[in-house]
Amino acid sequence: MSDAIRRMKDLPSTHLLGTGTPMCAGCGGLEALHQIYDVLGTNTVFVNAAGCMTLLSVYPFTPFRGSWLYTAMACAPAGAQGVRDALDILLTSKRLPPEDDLQTIVLTGDGAAYGMGLSSTSAAIDRNLDFLYICYDNEGYGNTGQQSSPATPHAAQTATNTGSRGFPGYKKDLFGIWAAHRPAYVATVIGAEPLDLAKKIEKAKSLRGPRLILALAPCPTGWDFDPAESVEIGRLAVRSGVWPLKEYIDGKVIHNHVPHPRAPVEEYLKTQGRFAHLFSPERNDALLGEIQAHIDAYWAAVNK
Amino acid sequence: MNRQLLTGNAAAAWGARLAQVDYVPAFPITPQTEIIETLARWFERGEMTGRLTMLESEHSMVTAAAAAAATGVRVFTATSSQGLLYAMEMVFTVPGWRAPFVLVNVSRGLASPITLESDHNDVLAARDSGFLQVHCATCQEVLDHVLLAYRIAEDSRVRLPVIVNLDGFTLSFTREPVDLPAAEAVQQFLPPFDPQNVRFRASKPVSQAVAVLAGSPYSYFRYETHLAAQQALSVLDEIAEQFFQAFGRRTGPLATYRSEDADMVFVMIGAGATKACEAADRLREAGVAAGVVRPRWLRPYPAAALRAALAGKKAVAVIDQDLSMGQGGVLHAELAAALYGMPNAPMLASIIGGLGGRNIPPEEFYEIAKRMLGFAARGETPPPQLLFTERELRQVRKLQAIAVVERKELGEKP
Repeated sequence: MSDAIRRMKDLPSTHLLGTGTPMCAGCGGLEALHQIYDVLGTNTVFVNAAGCMTLLSVYPFTPFRGSWLYTAMACAPAGAQGVRDALDILLTSKRLPPEDDLQTIVLTGDGAAYGMGLSSTSAAIDRNLDFLYICYDNEGYGNTGQQSSPATPHAAQTATNTGSRGFPGYKKDLFGIWAAHRPAYVATVIGAEPLDLAKKIEKAKSLRGPRLILALAPCPTGWDFDPAESVEIGRLAVRSGVWPLKEYIDGKVIHNHVPHPRAPVEEYLKTQGRFAHLFSPERNDALLGEIQAHIDAYWAAVNK
Repeated sequence: MNRQLLTGNAAAAWGARLAQVDYVPAFPITPQTEIIETLARWFERGEMTGRLTMLESEHSMVTAAAAAAATGVRVFTATSSQGLLYAMEMVFTVPGWRAPFVLVNVSRGLASPITLESDHNDVLAARDSGFLQVHCATCQEVLDHVLLAYRIAEDSRVRLPVIVNLDGFTLSFTREPVDLPAAEAVQQFLPPFDPQNVRFRASKPVSQAVAVLAGSPYSYFRYETHLAAQQALSVLDEIAEQFFQAFGRRTGPLATYRSEDADMVFVMIGAGATKACEAADRLREAGVAAGVVRPRWLRPYPAAALRAALAGKKAVAVIDQDLSMGQGGVLHAELAAALYGMPNAPMLASIIGGLGGRNIPPEEFYEIAKRMLGFAARGETPPPQLLFTERELRQVRKLQAIAVVERKELGEKP
């Protein structure tokens, strides 16, 4: 590809997603979506599940230059199935000219992707549906005020975990669940690393079949930090090894960036009010140590 | 004209085939499964073109159906009972997309207790969804109403999905002679689907099913759907006439049987009404002027036609094969609302019967007719009746006795 994205200056200079949406200031999900949309282009139909980004399209406004279909929380992949099947039928029967074809995109938060929508997602992958799933993962049910979701990290305080130990569970490995289905492509991204993100969207766009783009979405309101810090927190998520940038393709997992030296996870946790209870009124060394040990174990396995 | 012995399920599948549907999202459930198996076979053999996709749930199935209709193809799907209820979030969601398609529901009682045979609580749960719904009493009606449903659903004055209902077992697995219309005649009656402005394509982006944030736009779109559903009544008359011209069979919002000069009328929907017709014949032989009024379409609700059909009758007994717990029969309540304030309104009684496939034998129809005419003569309205006999109670007591004995056998205290 002559127009392949290799350096920052190769990133698209035309921005396609409209501004003035009702997303919160500093929304890491919207930051990622802007960049993703610039690479995907407007020949797209976004099939959405209930979540923050449902509010992108409020009658009669939309920031998308392409198409949009809102479904419900559990079934965006099934909506994508219906759209894709119908487009294929129309193309085969020559009722739709090839240039009118669309990329079928699913757009959901972690609540749908990790939980309620997992059955319809798994089934869409089983059927080898040709679609790209974008999950903006802000690690909780953000649109309703950040209750814990299956994507919430260990020890984070949420609206349903206000105690001194925070959320007792562990973040579900959605990347691994997808990879176990042997789909065409799975990748993690973050808006704070735009070059890595653009390369992955470009690769995903060139492939057919089920593809997941899992974007960590720093969330000022849900994670409790100043919106101005969004990008820096995103970078810290990568530098501290909390958010590994990786891909699954052709049956293999590749880590695109192994942070070295890895920043202590404390640096990342200290930036967010949802982890403040780990530092005051007194430092919780046991819990901090547990979180660091989890990350160390992950990277030890990667580097083996 | 090609006459064949077909089950209700096969008649539904033939309706979809003759309508040349493009897309069938499917999920199996008793007693509907024969429909999707039949269609799957035809797609595999190339006797139908397009695609059948197996979904992993009815919730996803209805989502895929509506999404495909919103992309511009003709869609057919089918379910029953628990499946319809599993899909219910989307059953209420997709009519607002104004993307027409046809869903055949093969009625079956709802859990609990879980059961397989027919009643109407499943389809009546979809009553307020925005789907239109039509109830069939014969296998011929099933085929005819799949075709009619597409015409009405796709009409630019309506643009709503339609549920075509048939009773599980009594109709789904019963073979009856069915006239299969010629494919060319069907194509003339039902031209290819015109998606109008609701479709996805790169050159003309659209946003569908978007959010609103206030009561006024919400009300506006809800009223639009309601008015379209009401408008379907006159569209239905028009299309029923065209259907008669094309195929020689009369249809319409109501089917009436010997009701014109009747003193006493049974009101029922679906295949159960054919038993009421048989009972009316016997009652007439015994000197009781009985008749039957069977609403085919429940949404749109044919209130004016029902008022006209029931004005001046002495007694009307609505036999509901459904039960709204704590209220009673759904059809009875709706008919009472339609007849309220009518100067020559009949005495209106509510009977609950036929739940979960419970048979309503002829003697019960005779008894209902006799008692209702008695109440009407005394100027009284009886309280709602739940059909259940001493003999049935004895059967249930026997089951309970076995349960107790077995429990004792296991050493448990009863």
